[in-house]
Amino acid sequence: MAKTLVMPQMGYDMDAGTLLRWLKQEGEQVERGEPIAEIETDKVNLEIESFDSGIVRKHLVTEGQTVPVGEGIAIIGTADEAIDVPASNGSEPKPAAAPAPPPASAQEAPAESPVAAAVSQQPAQSPSTNQVDQVVERAPGERVRASPLVRRLAAEHGIDLSRVAGTGPGGRIIKVDVMPLIGQPQPQAVPSAPAAPAAQPAPAQAPAPAAQAQPQPVAPGMPEYETRELSRIRKTIARRMSESFQQAPHIYISMAIEMTKALELREQINAQVEQPQQVSINDLIIKAAALALRKFPMLNAAYAGDEVRVFKRIDINNAIALEGGLISPFIPDADHKPLGAIAAMMKDLAKRAREGGLTPEEFQGGTFTISNLGMYGVDSFQAVINPPQAAILAVGAVQKEPVFVDGQFKPVDRMLVNMAADHRVTDGAEVARFLVELKRLLETPMLLLVS
Amino acid sequence: MAREISYRDALREALREEMDRDERVFLMGEDIGAYGGSYVVTNGFLEEYGRKRVRDTPISELGIVGAAVGAAMGGLRPIIELMTINFSLLAIDQIVNHAAKLHYMFAGTITAPVVIRTASGWGQLGPTHSQTFEGWFAHVPGLRVVMPATPRDAKGFLKTATRGNDPVMFIEHSLLYRNRGEVEEPDDGDLLLPLEGAEVRREGTDVTLVSWSRGYYLAMGAAEELAKEGISAEVIDMRVLRPLDIATVVESVKKTNHLVTVEESWRSLGVGAEIAAAVQEEAFDYLDAPIARVGSLEIPVPYARNLERLIFPDRDKVVEAAKGVLARNLVPAG
Repeated sequence: MAKTLVMPQMGYDMDAGTLLRWLKQEGEQVERGEPIAEIETDKVNLEIESFDSGIVRKHLVTEGQTVPVGEGIAIIGTADEAIDVPASNGSEPKPAAAPAPPPASAQEAPAESPVAAAVSQQPAQSPSTNQVDQVVERAPGERVRASPLVRRLAAEHGIDLSRVAGTGPGGRIIKVDVMPLIGQPQPQAVPSAPAAPAAQPAPAQAPAPAAQAQPQPVAPGMPEYETRELSRIRKTIARRMSESFQQAPHIYISMAIEMTKALELREQINAQVEQPQQVSINDLIIKAAALALRKFPMLNAAYAGDEVRVFKRIDINNAIALEGGLISPFIPDADHKPLGAIAAMMKDLAKRAREGGLTPEEFQGGTFTISNLGMYGVDSFQAVINPPQAAILAVGAVQKEPVFVDGQFKPVDRMLVNMAADHRVTDGAEVARFLVELKRLLETPMLLLVS
Repeated sequence: MAREISYRDALREALREEMDRDERVFLMGEDIGAYGGSYVVTNGFLEEYGRKRVRDTPISELGIVGAAVGAAMGGLRPIIELMTINFSLLAIDQIVNHAAKLHYMFAGTITAPVVIRTASGWGQLGPTHSQTFEGWFAHVPGLRVVMPATPRDAKGFLKTATRGNDPVMFIEHSLLYRNRGEVEEPDDGDLLLPLEGAEVRREGTDVTLVSWSRGYYLAMGAAEELAKEGISAEVIDMRVLRPLDIATVVESVKKTNHLVTVEESWRSLGVGAEIAAAVQEEAFDYLDAPIARVGSLEIPVPYARNLERLIFPDRDKVVEAAKGVLARNLVPAG
């Protein structure tokens, strides 16, 4: 049955996208997860992947045309089935600036469990269609490996290769794997591929259950194992962190910050105000980082091919650990928010994050991320940049340390921070100057109250 | 009507028939007259045809080919013998820069219809005398390169080569001279086979094995072994390496979806590589596995018999490669 690929929402504030280039022409075979088109959003140009395998039967928009999020852009189906082309999809180009009202399909149905949707700046957990979710959730390395012959046969007979187990070298789908499927109306999996019980020692050629990664031979000498499917949030983290770590050259710079005065300030504030405005050390760090970023706009930015996008607002994400994953809601305009407001907002975000009650607008976006493992007593650590951001601040615990001052040791409350930055956007010296400013603000914490 | 004769006798018949037919045809080479030929192909020819038409030469391959090219330009029909293909290297300038190009350089007004018979092959001949250079010549536009595997092709090709106007590298094989096979005698007397076109010698459905010359017999042997395991192999004898008949291979691959090339030469930049490249260009969507090439190990050929056997392809290596492309080596047989 033919399916409609819609313009995905690739960012929390994206309401329309421009189709730059079709990567698959009408009549071409496309595999689930394969790039089908290049689109331009207000933030970035990127390739979008097909949610399904089949023949690209019809392009519903032409190159250069801008359409609202959720509107159909292509129909994917089998070679010979009848398709309905929506009449409303004219080919007249629409002005890119016109933020067309979201179509009905995008308005209804609020996001599914935000926990499942996961992680800030997550491209398009489209609230409306399950298909787009599959695009988003596709993990790297899941490319279907099939011989050229198999791809042709699949195209001719409408076989969904993503569901076929391969018995060729490295799990490649070969002729013998698809021949039994030819002529079957709705192929589910290779008939000869029963899902082996996980606990049984898998013979090397045992086919994997359908729709899982291709089977790999068990390495000799390795113990038996059980297979656990990745949760959606883990898949998302896996994909985005791999992308970040592989694409953004990370530089790491650390700094020790004396927190004695910051702790005193916190005590003074909390003695005077009630919850939820009582501030944590982390709230002070959020405020300090936001103020420091004002002076270093290149660290509040995103690398985008030939250009760097320098954001005009400072939105600070905070990594919050969840069962089996993490999520990073953000404080918008953090440099302009009073400490009390930051404190109240963080408490609310953290509580609802753990309950699964965040809305996508609260975690899809952000311009700079703080990850704080101080509560575990961690001295210091390095973090992976939250793409497409340019930097992330990893914060360790405040600890009493002896510091050699004026000829003798003196106990001070000290905290180690480590900043990871995208070397395509910035350089070590700039990161160092940012850290000096951050240190100045936290070691002179009254400054956090005056700006 | 067909008789079963040896590859050597097929060559002798062709030479004799052409010399009898056309007095412009003459033989030239090292040890072909008084000695009878290193592989005994021209034994008795000196006595039969005389010194004018059966000429023993000094050890001078460049001179032999040069003289033959000149004779051919002047209107004669030389069939020369280079003792083995290893010695063709000494004559390569005359072959590549003269024989192959004269027709082109003089706008077709001059031809050099010289037939260069030479023997490929091995068998404890050492590093310098055991090489397989058909790919060197098949690389060159202007030459025809034939490599008959059967007595019938040997006879039919040699007769046609002698009558044509193209320079022909006619590559025999030292280990095939005793092979016997049926050679027909057409009613009109002459067995003339066009110098082009591969032949499907055994039909099959699962995998195509492509080879030429002695490699063809390895492929046939492998096909018989594979049949015992229920694998149906199609075997193609390329017969002619320039021009290369890719269409026949493509047609076969469209049926079997799997291809293995077999050659005694080194695989790198070889004829099998060319076939593989051409097939993926024309039959990409029919391939179910990467094309496999079986060739010899990329080292000089050792003299020692036990080592020599290790480096050349044999039936078992072809069987193994065929199972590889069929992914049958991944699961226990049966």
